Amino acid sequence: MRDWIRSGSPWIWLTAGAVAASLLAVAGVMALTALRGLGHFWPKPVVETTFMERDGKRSGLIGELRDREEVSVRRLRDSGFTIAGDAVFVERVLVKMGNRDVTGADFRWFPVPLLGEIKYPKDIITLERREWGNFYGHLLAVKEDGKVVAEGEAAWPELLARFERADRLFWQIHALEKYDIGRINYSLEQARLESRALEIRGQLTDERTAGLEKRKAELNAEFGKLQERVAALRKDIGRDTLLARVQDGKEVEVRLALVADVYRPNDMGFASKIGHYAGKLREFITEDPREANTEGGIFPAIFGTVMMVLLMAVMVTPLGIMAAIYMREYARQGLLIRIIRISVNNLAGVPSIVYGVFGLGFFVYFLGGNIDQLFFPEALPAPTFGSPGLLWASLTLAILTLPVVIVSTEEGLARVPRSVREGSLALGATKAETLIKTVLPMASPAMMTGLILAIARAAGEVAPLMLVGVVKLAPALPVDGYFPYMHLERKFMHLGFHIYDVGFQSPNVEAARPLVYATALLLVIVIMVLNLAAIRLRNQLREKYRGLESV
Amino acid sequence: MSALPNSATRGAMRIETRMSEDRVAPDELADLEKVITVRDLDLFYGQAQALKRVSLDIPRSHVVAFIGPSGCGKSTLLRCFNRMNDLVDSCRIQGEILLDGKDIMDPKVNVAQLRRRVGMVFQKPNPFPKSIYENVAYGLRLLGVKNRAQLDAAVEKSLRGAALWDEVKDRLDSSGLSLSGGQQQRLVIARAIALEPEVLLLDEPCSALDPIATAKVEDLIVELKDRYTIVIVTHNMQQAARVSDFTAYMYLGELVEFGQTDEIFLRPKVKHTEDYITGRFG
Repeated sequence: MRDWIRSGSPWIWLTAGAVAASLLAVAGVMALTALRGLGHFWPKPVVETTFMERDGKRSGLIGELRDREEVSVRRLRDSGFTIAGDAVFVERVLVKMGNRDVTGADFRWFPVPLLGEIKYPKDIITLERREWGNFYGHLLAVKEDGKVVAEGEAAWPELLARFERADRLFWQIHALEKYDIGRINYSLEQARLESRALEIRGQLTDERTAGLEKRKAELNAEFGKLQERVAALRKDIGRDTLLARVQDGKEVEVRLALVADVYRPNDMGFASKIGHYAGKLREFITEDPREANTEGGIFPAIFGTVMMVLLMAVMVTPLGIMAAIYMREYARQGLLIRIIRISVNNLAGVPSIVYGVFGLGFFVYFLGGNIDQLFFPEALPAPTFGSPGLLWASLTLAILTLPVVIVSTEEGLARVPRSVREGSLALGATKAETLIKTVLPMASPAMMTGLILAIARAAGEVAPLMLVGVVKLAPALPVDGYFPYMHLERKFMHLGFHIYDVGFQSPNVEAARPLVYATALLLVIVIMVLNLAAIRLRNQLREKYRGLESV
Repeated sequence: MSALPNSATRGAMRIETRMSEDRVAPDELADLEKVITVRDLDLFYGQAQALKRVSLDIPRSHVVAFIGPSGCGKSTLLRCFNRMNDLVDSCRIQGEILLDGKDIMDPKVNVAQLRRRVGMVFQKPNPFPKSIYENVAYGLRLLGVKNRAQLDAAVEKSLRGAALWDEVKDRLDSSGLSLSGGQQQRLVIARAIALEPEVLLLDEPCSALDPIATAKVEDLIVELKDRYTIVIVTHNMQQAARVSDFTAYMYLGELVEFGQTDEIFLRPKVKHTEDYITGRFG
């Protein structure tokens, strides 16, 4: 035994065990998020059954089975259910009943013994609606302006055709409102700002006022025309409705204008389920969120996260590298520089929310406020840069990750051997030439390492962002077609905050939970992609300056 | 430092024989034109004095060897000639060093220009992590030479000068670090002579090389001395005897004896020198 200990084997086992535990932890996190998140988009079968309420009456029930667990019979009896038999535990299932407008609650637990016969009728339709969540029911008829156009078996193909039409109209209206009306609103706002700016400078002559008024009138006329078109489209889209029988036998009419998707989950083959799944996944990644973020996609959050991280990288890299070069190459290595170095290292340990508070106080209120006073007086009192936004969030994160970049760059510079520097100096290079032509390229892999660590830290940070620019729902992306195309003052969405918001702040936590996992998975993937890109770059640099160790 | 492997000694013998035939009787030091003149040089690292009142003359187009035990100041003296000691913060120098009659310690001297005139090769080969071509072209590019043909010609000439051309002419684009140690050292020499310096300082250029590579570098030194003044620091007495025309023996920061290599090795005037050369201490 003593020999075994002295041989070092237990040490090897211990260290290998640590590696295994780490791997397991990472794999576990990924597997859990992937499983819980990605399963959400698979079309789930809809069951139809009956349920015996506390008062002994049976009522109909239609919905998706979402979860199951054991529950003690005593607890159920205490809460008023009558359960026969002498089992101590019975199973209960969580059913997503949908039809929030009819039933009032989306989800409910049902003890299995109280359920009737479970059926999967093929004609049940699932509607994904733009309001009120999912809808389940038996399709009865399709109506146009209140008149039935198809019934029974004929209703389904008719519904599909009319749904496609309604969907097309919906996107038409969406585009009109977002782009055309958006452009007019933008121009109107520009005109208002222009007149206000002239007024502040005292250059607002009658002539100019008249010109601006004329422009406004033109824009308003255009706006009225567009409004008319939208109204016409709205009327058109409101034409069709469908009639369906829901769980308790009531017949409900749903406007097709509200329907985002329709399918018959119990009637789908494997192939069509895969198609449906791919479609849902694409929608999740490329579309805007709906219904307080609990439905639809998360594209703005992905865009915001990537945008912020890239901006952060652009700001932190030059600053950090230059600071490191001064500290390592030019500054006298005395007490002062040692104190600075220790301070920089300690900065890395400051809680991120502190940076958030700093960003809010300094960047947003002080810098942003002053920028507004100087450059955007016409918009006041509405802030331009004086409110949280993408620029300030990126800057705050740049400061947050600055120590990481400085420390790794310094280490990289310290690793460049003296002999190489002397070789360059001996050839008549000045110190600056030596740095730029030889030392910095050799230290570039270390700089990339710093950047990789900075990206990893910044992309996952949420707390400070809540203070300096992230919002639950941003009205517009920070990049669009209006000059100057990049709107750094705008608020933005972020995957990390999205997870928090959907998971804890949404009105329908149960429905949103799979989305939390899916978003988390996506956040991890986004960070991985950013990191992999940086690692690739670093490996190329390493390859280029390979053999450094042998010098 | 005196016990060399047998093979090396044999290789060295061969070289020495050949050289003995080539060697013309060296002139008297006083008659020769001086490139570098050192007068009363004192050098301190902080409080410690590393060079004590050193005075000597380096004659043009000859090879001068500095020998002496470790820490005797020979490398320090060498590094004064291209002001590499400027890089050491605590270093303080008194006295005079003249290059072609001009004081190089003058603060007004352009150090970069000085280092182009006085090239240096270090103990360990230190090629840059760039291609062979770029290594040699480094100094010229610093001078602002952009003309490809001019660079090509200079690179070839320098590599030929360093007896490396035939070995690398087909792979000028591969990394300088992919070469063997001896090739790397010759590459570094090529890099230095690409700038056509007047003086070439070699700081123990063979201490990291195997005997065969050492022999090649020594051959090269002898070839180069027609065009360049060479100052070499070495721990290897045979090497000093083989390649140098003049030898300076230093001990504890002082120049003990300086004269024609044959004189120093055969008839040293100072007892200390004799003891060192014969291996009685050190």
